[in-house]
Amino acid sequence: MARITAGVTTSHIPALGAAIDLGKTGDEYWRPAFAGYEWTKAWEAEQKPDVVVLVYNDHASAFDMKVIPTFAIGCAEEFKPADEGWGPRPVPVVEGHADLAWHIAQSLILEEFDMTIINEMDVDHGLTVPLSLMFGQPEKWPVKVIPLAVNVVTYPPPSGNRCWALGEAIARAVASFPEDLNVQVWGTGGMSHQLQGPRAGLINAEWDNSFIDRLEGDTQELRHIPHIEYLRETGSEGIEMVMWLVMRGALGRATRILHRHYHVPASNTAVGHVVLEPVP
Amino acid sequence: MTGPKEDKVGDIHSYLDEFEDIPGTRVFTAKRARQGYHLNQFAMSLMKPENRERWKADERAYLDEWKLSEEQKQAVLDRDYNRLLDLGGNIYFLSKIFSTDGKSFLQAVSTMSGMSLEDYQAMMLAGGRSPEGLRSLKDRK
Repeated sequence: MARITAGVTTSHIPALGAAIDLGKTGDEYWRPAFAGYEWTKAWEAEQKPDVVVLVYNDHASAFDMKVIPTFAIGCAEEFKPADEGWGPRPVPVVEGHADLAWHIAQSLILEEFDMTIINEMDVDHGLTVPLSLMFGQPEKWPVKVIPLAVNVVTYPPPSGNRCWALGEAIARAVASFPEDLNVQVWGTGGMSHQLQGPRAGLINAEWDNSFIDRLEGDTQELRHIPHIEYLRETGSEGIEMVMWLVMRGALGRATRILHRHYHVPASNTAVGHVVLEPVP
Repeated sequence: MTGPKEDKVGDIHSYLDEFEDIPGTRVFTAKRARQGYHLNQFAMSLMKPENRERWKADERAYLDEWKLSEEQKQAVLDRDYNRLLDLGGNIYFLSKIFSTDGKSFLQAVSTMSGMSLEDYQAMMLAGGRSPEGLRSLKDRK
């Protein structure tokens, strides 16, 4: 049977992708941001996951204002890197796992999560930057990816509690898939950042670290944080952290942190990255 | 353990009202999304290279193809991003405009903060803008 072996969270700042693509990761400015991913690169090379369910948000790339799905799952065989206005990132095409994706989509709908199913979609920095951070610059990505896009742009986004519950349902769906697969769930975006208005540049290291602390163990406090708290404490774009809760929900009752990394700044944003495993 | 029910937002009006209490922030609510629909769709169109070319050749003519208000058109031409946020723009859509100008998020975002790029960058390097005193308009009074 398929099984969820670990969870990974990371910011998906586009400038991190640009630094990788332009060979600047060793620069003085970028070195400390990237240093925290070295442990994970080695760990991923050992773990060799078959599939990553990658929770992210589209940044006006695949979806425009015409259609705004709250939760959308990518069921295609492959996903091309999107042209976000300066040409697509020079990264491999992302290979999907259509069998597992369709299995998860069907299971979630039967569990009363009204998913949008996507059969054709380009994927932007929200999805490709985390892959680059964990796997570097390979010819071909070493995992298959099931993109799970969450609306965190147009209000209201889903509640933290709903994201957590979605993660729990994903775990049940994976557990009922007959093929023996090593599956990881990644929650991306965040941490504190505000990209707009006179309050731009807001960073709240204390809040961010308290959020990371509460990903570990069996506390369920994080699922009850209201949207207004993310907005006030972590900036208007800090709301992306609800996507981390899909990952946390998928890990089950309790977790252990294997690795954590926090760095300010990368461009306008606080970089947060955590690797967790479920504790049975 | 708390059940899912307790998390539900009881009153949509107070949920939305609270968003107006955050200093220097425009939350992208349905109201703003409706006001900015054509503005954001125009910005989105710049993801296609052929559109970027036509836009660069004559910005005004390109804008006139879209159902934007005159205010919105002027704010785009002025690259006045705070004004564009007030007129329903969303930063991820507006980013297509500044990306076409060859500007980064850092450069564009600093213009909204009322700081020079150098001062803004220095603030970020020093740990960013503190949330102290910036959580609520009510707290400031």
